[in-house]
Amino acid sequence: MAQQQNVKRISENVWEVSTDFKEGMNVPARIIASEKLFREMDEAVIDQVTNVATLPGIVKYAYCMPDGHFGYGFPIGGVAAMDPAAGGVISPGGIGFDINCGMRLVRTNLTLDEVKPKIRELIEALYRRVPSGVGSSGALKVSRRQFRDLVEEGAGWCVRKGYGWPDDLELTESRGHMEGADASKISDRSVERGFNQVGTLGSGNHYLEVQVVRPENVVDPEGAARFGLDTPNQIVVMFHCGSRGFGHQVATDYLRLFLNVMASKYGIWIRDRELACAPFDSPEGQAYFAAMKCGLNMSFANRQIILHHVREAFSEVFAKSPEKLEMEMVYDVSHNTAKLETHQVDGRDRELLVHRKGATRAFAPGMPELPARYRELGQPVIIGGSMETGSYLLVGVRNGSETFFSTAHGSGRAMSRTKARKMWKGRDLQRDLESRGIYVRTGSYRGLAEEAGGAYKDIDDVVDATRRAGLSRPIVRLVPIGNVKG
Amino acid sequence: MLPQDGGSRPKSRHSERRLKGTMPYTFLDDIATADVAFEATGGNLEELFKEASEATLATMIEEPDSVKPRTERWIELENPELDLLLFDLLQELIFYKDAEQLLLRVIQIEVHGGGCGFSLRALARGEKLDPDRHQQCADVKAVTLHDFIVEKTLRGWRSLVILDV
Repeated sequence: MAQQQNVKRISENVWEVSTDFKEGMNVPARIIASEKLFREMDEAVIDQVTNVATLPGIVKYAYCMPDGHFGYGFPIGGVAAMDPAAGGVISPGGIGFDINCGMRLVRTNLTLDEVKPKIRELIEALYRRVPSGVGSSGALKVSRRQFRDLVEEGAGWCVRKGYGWPDDLELTESRGHMEGADASKISDRSVERGFNQVGTLGSGNHYLEVQVVRPENVVDPEGAARFGLDTPNQIVVMFHCGSRGFGHQVATDYLRLFLNVMASKYGIWIRDRELACAPFDSPEGQAYFAAMKCGLNMSFANRQIILHHVREAFSEVFAKSPEKLEMEMVYDVSHNTAKLETHQVDGRDRELLVHRKGATRAFAPGMPELPARYRELGQPVIIGGSMETGSYLLVGVRNGSETFFSTAHGSGRAMSRTKARKMWKGRDLQRDLESRGIYVRTGSYRGLAEEAGGAYKDIDDVVDATRRAGLSRPIVRLVPIGNVKG
Repeated sequence: MLPQDGGSRPKSRHSERRLKGTMPYTFLDDIATADVAFEATGGNLEELFKEASEATLATMIEEPDSVKPRTERWIELENPELDLLLFDLLQELIFYKDAEQLLLRVIQIEVHGGGCGFSLRALARGEKLDPDRHQQCADVKAVTLHDFIVEKTLRGWRSLVILDV
C-alpha cells in the first residue's frame, strides 16, 4: 500500500511516520501493531494519525493503537497528549461524538451449569429491562432539571437515588464523577436529546453480554482472583455503551462552535474539519471541557442505571437478590475521553490533556487514582470483542508510559458495515450463533449482520500486540453465551 | 440566487428508482469502516437535500416507506455555508429521532441563498418509531464533517456524507 511505504518500523510492534511525511506535522506519528495488524490496517489510519500530529501543542507522538481503523478527524484508536502550557488544543474529534463510550464488567457467583439452561430466559429479561435500538429511551424517568443535576454528578446521582451500591462508584474510573462538569455549558438541545435516554444501550456496536470465565482462558490466575474471578466457568456480564444522544449533541454543538472561532480568533488551520479545536486555555476550550465532562458523567450514570436493571433481571430469573448473587462490579472504564493527567516527558512532570478516542487508559500498578484494591495490580482494562469471538480483561503495566498509559479498546473493525451486510444475513447469523451456544436477542437483524465476528480484527492478535508493545497484559479471556445486541 | 441547476433530470427520482431499480443515494462500501458513508445526488439542491435526508432515515430503519405521515414538523434553517446547511438539516432529523423518537421524511423543501448565506424551509412528515413496524438498523449519533461534500456536478448536485453510528 502506497502510504505504508512511508512508515518506518521502529521495533517489533511500533511503526513510525516522520514529520517530513506531511507539511505541518509537529511530532512524528506512531502506530502500535504487529506486522499482520499493520498490514491489514486501512490506509486512512496513516492519513488521519498524521493529521492529528499537526495539531497545536501535541507532545511526543500522535499514536494509534493496534485496533485502530478509519475514524473521522482522529482515527479510532487515536491517542494524543496536548500541553496546555504550549498552546495545546482540545478537539471533540479526538474524543468522538459518543463521549465516554466505555465498558463495564460485573461478576456473579453463578456458573455456566446454572446459567446455561436459563440463558434464553435471562437474555429476554435483560432485553426487556435495558432498552436498546434506534432512539431507545424510557429506562428511567427524570425531568430535564434532574437531568442537569445528573450530568454534573455522574454515577453518584444514581447510587444516591438507590440505583446501585456504594462500592460501584469506587470501581468506576474517576469514581463515576468528573469534577468540573458544568451544566451551564450544555445546550437545551443536548438535554432534549438525552434526558429520556438514561439507562439505554443504543445500537451499532453497543451490546450487553453474558460471558463465561473458562479455566483454560485464565491467563493470570492470581490476577483473576484479585478481580473475584476465581471459580471455574464463572458467569460475568459485560456491556458497552456511551452518553447517548446527549453526548452526541454536546460534541456536535462544540464542533460547530470551534469551526467558527478556530481560524478567525485563534489562527489555527486544520486538515480535516473533524479536527476542529480550540486552545485548551481559551473560553471556548474551557467551555467544551466542562460540557464534555457532563457527557462523561451522563455515560457513567447511563451504565450505572443499566447495571441496576441487569441486577434486577438476574434476580428475577434466578430468584435470588443481587447481593446473594454477589453481582459486584469488576470495573467501568471509558475509551472516548480527554483528561488532564500528569505524565513525565523528557524527564519532567507535565500536566497534559490526553485525548483517547477508541483507546483505553491503562494506568500502571501503584499509580494514584486507581481503586485501593487494584493499586498493586494496575488499572483494569476491558477490551470488548465481537459477539462471536470473546473479550478480554487486562491490566495496565509499568512501561505503558510510552503511550501515556493507553491501550486498545476493542477488536477494531476490519470491514465496513455495508460490506458486512452483503456477506452475512442477520437471521442466519443468529441461528448459527445459537447452534454454537450463543443466544442473541436483537431489534435489528441488519445491525446484527454488521456486527458479525468476521467483520472484526482477531481480538487475540490485538491483545497480543498490546502485550508485546508493553501497553497492557491480559488477565482473562471471556467468551459469550448470550448477547443483547443494541 | 442559487447556483444554477446542472441540467435536466427526471421529474421524480423515486419513480426512476422504481422503474430502473437505481437509487438516488448509495451506501458506500469502502469509505468508513465503522460508520456509514453515503453518496446522494439530485438534479437541484432541493432534490439533493431530500435524498440525503432519505439516506439518513434509511440508515436508521430498513424501509423508509414504512414511515407513515402521522405528524409533521416545519424545519427552518440558515447557514452562511451551503454544505453546513445540509449538515444542519440532517442533524435536525437526528435530533427529532432522539428527542421525540420521531422518524421524519422531508416532503417539501425550498432552499434559498447565494452570496451572503443560505436558508431552507422544509416540511417533514413521519411518526414515532414503532419497533413492530419499523425494522431498525443503526442509531445515528451524528453527521460528521470528515470528507463532507456538497458539490455541483455536470448532472446536478452531489453530496458525500459520513454518519457516526
